[in-house]
Amino acid sequence: MSTMKDFKAEKPTWCPGCGDFGVLNAMQRAAVALGLEPEDVVVVSGIGCSGKMSQHFGGYGLHSLHGRSLPTAQAVKLANRNLTVFAAGGDGDGYGIGMGHFIHAIRRNIDITYIVMDNHIYGLTTGQASPTSDVGSQTKTSPRGTVERPIEPLQLALSERCGFVAQAFSGDTKHMAQVIERAVRHRGFSLVNVFSPCVTFNKVNSYEFYKEKLVNLDADPAYDCHDRLAAMRRVAEADNLVVGVVYEDTEQPAYDDAVYGYPEEPLAHLEPRLSDAMYEEILATFR
Amino acid sequence: MLEQLSWKVGGQQGEGVESTGETFAVALNRQGYYVYSFRHFSSRIKGGHSNDKVRVSLKQFRASADYTDVLLAFDQESIDLNAAEVREGGIVIADEKFKPKAPDHVRLFAVPLTKIAEECGSAIMKNMVSLGASACALGLPVEIFAEVIEERFRRKGQKVVDQNMQAVQRGFDHMKELGGADPEFALKPADGTRRLFMMGNDALGLGALAAGARVMPAYPITPASDVMEYLIKKFPKVGGVVVQTEDEIAAINMAIGAAYGGARAFTCTSGPGLSLMMEAIGLAGMTETPVVIIDTQRGGPSTGLPTKQEQSDMLAALFGTHGEIPKIVLNPATTEECFEVMGKAFNLAEHYQCPVIVMTDLQLSLSKQTTEPLRLDAIEIDRGLIASEEDLPQVAGGEQFNRYQFTESGISARVFPGTKGGIHKVTGVEHSTNGRPNESATNRRKMVEKRARKLAGVEIPDSVVRTGDADADLVVVGIGSNIGSIEEACDRLRADGHKVAHAHIHAILPFPVTQLQQALQGAKTVVVVENNGTGQLRNLMNFFGVHHPNLSSYLRYDGMPILPVEIYDHIKGLL
Repeated sequence: MSTMKDFKAEKPTWCPGCGDFGVLNAMQRAAVALGLEPEDVVVVSGIGCSGKMSQHFGGYGLHSLHGRSLPTAQAVKLANRNLTVFAAGGDGDGYGIGMGHFIHAIRRNIDITYIVMDNHIYGLTTGQASPTSDVGSQTKTSPRGTVERPIEPLQLALSERCGFVAQAFSGDTKHMAQVIERAVRHRGFSLVNVFSPCVTFNKVNSYEFYKEKLVNLDADPAYDCHDRLAAMRRVAEADNLVVGVVYEDTEQPAYDDAVYGYPEEPLAHLEPRLSDAMYEEILATFR
Repeated sequence: MLEQLSWKVGGQQGEGVESTGETFAVALNRQGYYVYSFRHFSSRIKGGHSNDKVRVSLKQFRASADYTDVLLAFDQESIDLNAAEVREGGIVIADEKFKPKAPDHVRLFAVPLTKIAEECGSAIMKNMVSLGASACALGLPVEIFAEVIEERFRRKGQKVVDQNMQAVQRGFDHMKELGGADPEFALKPADGTRRLFMMGNDALGLGALAAGARVMPAYPITPASDVMEYLIKKFPKVGGVVVQTEDEIAAINMAIGAAYGGARAFTCTSGPGLSLMMEAIGLAGMTETPVVIIDTQRGGPSTGLPTKQEQSDMLAALFGTHGEIPKIVLNPATTEECFEVMGKAFNLAEHYQCPVIVMTDLQLSLSKQTTEPLRLDAIEIDRGLIASEEDLPQVAGGEQFNRYQFTESGISARVFPGTKGGIHKVTGVEHSTNGRPNESATNRRKMVEKRARKLAGVEIPDSVVRTGDADADLVVVGIGSNIGSIEEACDRLRADGHKVAHAHIHAILPFPVTQLQQALQGAKTVVVVENNGTGQLRNLMNFFGVHHPNLSSYLRYDGMPILPVEIYDHIKGLL
C-alpha cells in the first residue's frame, strides 16, 4: 500500500501560503485513499503556477503547453486506460487559452479528473486579470477594474451536462481530498474547481474571504447532487460560492466505454503488428 | 488501337460526376489497365463545375494526360471549359437534353442520357447511360461495369442493379447507332491483373495501420479527412481509436499525449492545421516525444485554395516552430510510397524521439490510381530505445529514472507511464536529465547539444532518387506528386535525343545535401519543378548549400497540377 510519502516529489516552488499546496496535499491524500500506486498515476498540467502540479506530485508527470493539459491528458488515458489520469491547471490556463478544450472534454467524457486551481488572477505572469476575475478587480491589466464578466465554470459544466461537477477550497484539504477521491471514482470526465488563493497577487479572494462565504453542499443532507437543474439554481443562488459535489450523473457512459471497437486491453499494450490474415482482409477493399 | 487514353467526365458538382468517374476507373482497373484519375472540384457541395479526368493505359503513368480523348459532358459548361484540351478529332459525348454545342475540332455525340435514364427507371441513372456510351466509344464491352454496379447497388435490391445495367446497355446501343464506335479509339486489351486502386490518403491510412498506429486524433480538413475516415472504419478491427477533436491544436496535443502514454499516435491535416500545430510540434521536440504529423498540402495561405494543388508548406514544415528542435520531414511521391512512408515515419520518430512530418500534396492525396502490390512485410516496426520494468531499479516510490540522460547519440531511453521504477517528469520547460526544470546555462547548453546531436550528420537514406541518363546534361529536380509529370517529360526529351535525368526528393529534413549534390554532378543545367509561387524547394537548396551555376525554376501556382507537356515545353525552351 502506498503512503503519502510515495506521492511526494521535490519541494514545491510555490509562494509560501499558496493555495496550490492544499491542492497537492489533497491529491496525495486522495491517491492514498484510493490505493493507487505512484507509477499508475499521471498528472498532466498546463502552464502557470498550477502547471507545476505535474512536477510536485509524486507520479508520472507531463508538463504540457499553456492551455493544453486537457487534450494531452485525455490521450494519455486513451493510450492506456489502466492509468489514473489527472489534468491540472489554473483559471487562465483552463478557462482562458484552454477554454475550447474544456467544453469538448466534457462532451467527450473520457475518464479523467480535471483539477482547476482557480485563484481569479494570473500569478506566474505577476498579476494580470484572469477569466474568473470578478468585475471590478484591479490588476495590472485592469488598473481601473475589470469590465468583463467572469466565467462561471460550474454553470458551464452543468449546462454541458458534465457527469461530475465539484468545487473545493484549499483552506480545507481534508474535504478536498474526499471530493477528489469521488471525482476519480466517477467513470467519465470529472471537474473539480478549487478556490486556491493567490496570496501574492490577489488580496481580495483570500482564505478569509472564502472561509466566511463558502457553503458546503456535502454537509447539507437536503441537497440532491443528482438533480442538475436544482444544482444550477443552487450554484446561482450562492453566487458560485459552494463547495462539495455539486452534481453527479452516473448514467452517462464514459467515452472509452461508448466508442465502438475500443478494446479492454490498453492500446499501448497491444501488439502493433497486424496478422497477415487481418492485413489481407483490410487490403481486399482496394481491389 | 490505343495503348493509352484520356477520358474526362464533367458536370455540376453533386450530380454524380465523382461516382461516374469512380465507376469508370474501378471497372478499368479491374480489367488490368493502369488508371490514374484526378478530380477537379470546388469547396462547395452542390453546383459549380467539377470534373474527373481518368487516364487509362497499359503501363503505369503517375500524371494526368496533357489532352483528353473522350469528354463526357453533363452540361454545356463542361464542354465550354474542357473542349479546348480535347484532341483534334476527339469525342465529346453530351446529354442531348441541353442541346450541346461543341467546337469544330471535336466530334460531338448528343446522346439522350437523361431520357434513356428515365425510361430505365430514373433520371439519376444518366451517368450509367453515359458510361455505356463511353464503353462503346472505347470498344469496351458493357460487362466490365457489371461487377462494380452489382457492388454499388446490391443493397438496394436486384431490380435497381438490373435497371442500372440496362441503362449502361442502352447508352452503349445508342452510341453505336450514332456511329460512335470508332476503332481508332478502341483500347488494346489489358492483362486482367487485379491491382490495387487507391488514393494517396488511402495508402497513408493503410500504412498507419500496418505500422501499428493506435491513436489518431484529427480535425476534418480538405484534403486530409479521408485518412481519419478510413481509420474510423478500420481501427475497430485491430484495436485503436480516432478522436475527432475540437481543433488541430487538440489533435496534435492528443497525439503527443498518446505517444507519451505508449501508443503509436499520429494526426493528419493540411496547411491551416499545420500552422495551428506549430507550438505543440515544438513541445514534441523539447520533450523528445515521437509523433507523426501528415500534412496534405493544398493551396495556401490562410484558407487559400482548399481543393486545389499546391506545394507551399515546405518552409512552414521546416521553420514554422519557434525555438530549435530536431525534426524530420518526409515527402512521399507515389501511393506505394505513401504506404511505406508511414512505417518509416513511425520508426524514425521513435528512434530519434522527435516529430516527423509527412508531406503529401492534394494531387497525391486525392488522385485514385492503380497501385502496385503493398506488402505488409515492407513495413518493419522498430520502436526505438524503451526501458522496460526489468531494466529499471525496483525502488518503491521516488524518482530515479533519467529520461533525458546525456548519451553519445543524444538518444536516451523512454519509459512509459505505468512502468514501476520508471517515474520521471516530462516538461516543455528546459530540464535536467530527470525532466526537472533547469535553467542553468551549463545544463541548457548540454541539452541543446543533446537534442541537436540526434540528427547531426544524418541524411535519411534514399532522400534523393535519381533516374535517367547517367551522363545527363540536364537534371530536373522535383518533389511530391510531380514525379509522374517529370518522369514523362524526361522520357519524351530522351526520345528527342536529349540527355536528361530526374532527381526526385523524398525528404527535405534533414536536407539531403550530399545526396542532392551527387545527383546534380555533371549537369550543365538544373531545373527545379514545384507547385508554388516562390520556389521553396529551390530556396531550400540554396539555404542548405546545394548550389549550381545554372539553376532555374519551373513553377505552377494556379492551383492546377503540372502536366508533362509543360515541363517538356519549358525544358525544350532551355536546350
